[in-house]
Amino acid sequence: MNAHRRFPTRLNLRRGRVDMTHGAGGRAMAQLIEEVFVRHFDNEMLRAMDDQAAFGVGAGRMVMATDGHVVSPLFFPGGDIGALAVHGTINDVAMAGARPLYLSAGFILEEGFPLADLERIVASMARAAGAAGVAVITGDTKVVERGKGDGVFITTTGIGLVPEGLDISAANARPGDKVLVSGHLGDHGVAIMSSRENLEFETAVVSDSAALHTLVADMVAAVPAIRSLRDPTRGGLAAALNEIAQSAGVGMRLDEAAIPIRPEVEAACELLGLDPLYVANEGKLVAICPADEAERLLAAMRAHPLGADAAIIGEVVADDMGFVTMETGFGGTRIVDWLAGEQLPRIC
Amino acid sequence: MKYVDDFRRRDIAQGLAAQIAAEVDPAREYAFMEFCGGHTHAIFRYGVQDLMPENLRFVHGPGCPVCVLPIARIDNAIELAERHGAIVCSYGDMMRVPASKKRSLIRAKAEGADIRMVYSTQDALRIARENPEREVVFFAIGFETTTPPTAVAIRQARAEGLENFSVFCNHVLTPSAIQHILQSPELREMGRVRIDGFLGPSHVSSIIGSAPYEYFAEEFQKPVVIAGFEPLDVMQSTLMLVRQVNEGRFEVENEYTRVVSREGNLKAQALVGEVFELRARFEWRGLGEVPFSALKIREEFAEYDAERRFALSESRGRDVKGCECPAILRGVKKPTDCKLFGTVCTPDNPQGSCMVSSEGSCAAYWSYGRFRIDRQRQGAREDAA
Repeated sequence: MNAHRRFPTRLNLRRGRVDMTHGAGGRAMAQLIEEVFVRHFDNEMLRAMDDQAAFGVGAGRMVMATDGHVVSPLFFPGGDIGALAVHGTINDVAMAGARPLYLSAGFILEEGFPLADLERIVASMARAAGAAGVAVITGDTKVVERGKGDGVFITTTGIGLVPEGLDISAANARPGDKVLVSGHLGDHGVAIMSSRENLEFETAVVSDSAALHTLVADMVAAVPAIRSLRDPTRGGLAAALNEIAQSAGVGMRLDEAAIPIRPEVEAACELLGLDPLYVANEGKLVAICPADEAERLLAAMRAHPLGADAAIIGEVVADDMGFVTMETGFGGTRIVDWLAGEQLPRIC
Repeated sequence: MKYVDDFRRRDIAQGLAAQIAAEVDPAREYAFMEFCGGHTHAIFRYGVQDLMPENLRFVHGPGCPVCVLPIARIDNAIELAERHGAIVCSYGDMMRVPASKKRSLIRAKAEGADIRMVYSTQDALRIARENPEREVVFFAIGFETTTPPTAVAIRQARAEGLENFSVFCNHVLTPSAIQHILQSPELREMGRVRIDGFLGPSHVSSIIGSAPYEYFAEEFQKPVVIAGFEPLDVMQSTLMLVRQVNEGRFEVENEYTRVVSREGNLKAQALVGEVFELRARFEWRGLGEVPFSALKIREEFAEYDAERRFALSESRGRDVKGCECPAILRGVKKPTDCKLFGTVCTPDNPQGSCMVSSEGSCAAYWSYGRFRIDRQRQGAREDAA
């Protein structure tokens, strides 16, 4: 009927399942790539169907970041593994102040995984990438036997270009600098936990999964002297700040009362015995900037929809022991330590 | 969170701190043991010690369920999974507690043992229903608070005819442990430890009531104040203890009246009595063999008792050499008195049980308070130089 079509029948995207042939390099794999990946990610470089994507780069400093995603469950309130895989890598690139340009995506699929779910995930990735203005230009697909994977794992790699004049790195934090966060902490982790099979509880909290590069662009435009940026994913705010303190050889002093946490998140953490400062975020950032620029940076963040609830939460202090301490809402002092062990596995 | 925030208000805390400072007698020292790890955690997490006068200190007690479990019992739990092929269901706190030979439940799991972390006994029952061909053992630990849910699970298993479910019972009793501490030679004769009063358990007391403490408050002439787990509860209770000490009283007072009554939860007590009975003796890490300090499953429910159902070896677990957990659990030593503290023993690589659970005093010291110790040490070094 259609002589130009390379595949006589279309993939059954409603009831079909991934089988071993979809990763074998034959016609079935080509069909999966064409009818799922290329169809959704559609762009010229991908359509060329080469083993690599070729593109020109401008002059300047490039950054590259990679991130594997194994979240369970695959679909959760406020997002799914697809959108997360796009946002996570864009954010890693953006934390250098860079403008993300392109993404690659590697899929490890488990035999038996429903094609409908795969398509839903790929469509969500394409929407997230499209909204962020970042194209997925190359990719890879492998299939593992049933029981050897958990539905789907996605690894994305991103590259970006750092605008002239920026020098953003964890090592740059200096005593006296201010510490800012872009909004409420702990939403992603609590949303995932609420949908875990053995933990299900009712909550209105949804994942904050979001691409932060436009927020970052506004921030560096307002305050090019930003010293450090981090997205507090696994290990939460506590891990991000300890990493910065360690790289820069400084301490930090936080004010618990200033840290934005939703009452629902606080309540869920209270119930589960977790500390919201250790719970993962997927659409928040921590920024360190010179004290005299902090108010300007705060204003720039609050003017962006993803930074509407931004706050100054503390300052960098001289401390060669590298302690992150916090004045508690109660008036005492405690350490905000690295996370020990794991709080909850497979959160992203 | 409104109802929680009310118990963490800074202005009230400052007021209580001022009150305590005004009422303590500067000529004497006050040492109060908080029995429960929950109190230890609140004291450190909210920095309560910072708000106390110099001559008032908290002695951390043994009330951390995973800390007091002897190594041999953890070895037995691993044995249940490895030698008997059972699915062992454990509360998360227990997973990283060191067993013999540098093992733990989480390491045994990585090596292939089927050990699963559960949030409640109901999860364990579900796993038993879903795996009818496998033996499923619930690793029951904890004080009087976690005992009623275990009793419910055993009754439920019987009602459902769930034949593959059993319980490895390690439930222990609070009052006998406090009494044992008060009778210890370190306290009575050698005078190495001073305890002027107790912050009594909060959740435990919601089950057993405040009456069980009356005997030893009288016998040992030590005041007890049942205290809630919120930081303001701890402060209010501390003030009540200071007043008792100043007035020479030794009564059981109840700060936690919003939850605890004198009689406790009679329904829960009846349930526990139906399923469990006293063990003649049970070993506690740190305290040794304590008579009538633990529960075992009654004969009528023998088929749900993992100790009767499986042949468990008499493991003689040994603590890591140099680990001071036993002395720390008795309140004789502070975490910082231990040579391993912060060197080889940290929450990432715990050598002793007190460093594992957030309720353990070593973990609380390390995670929330070590900046004070390190600053002091650093100051001492600088002074020396």
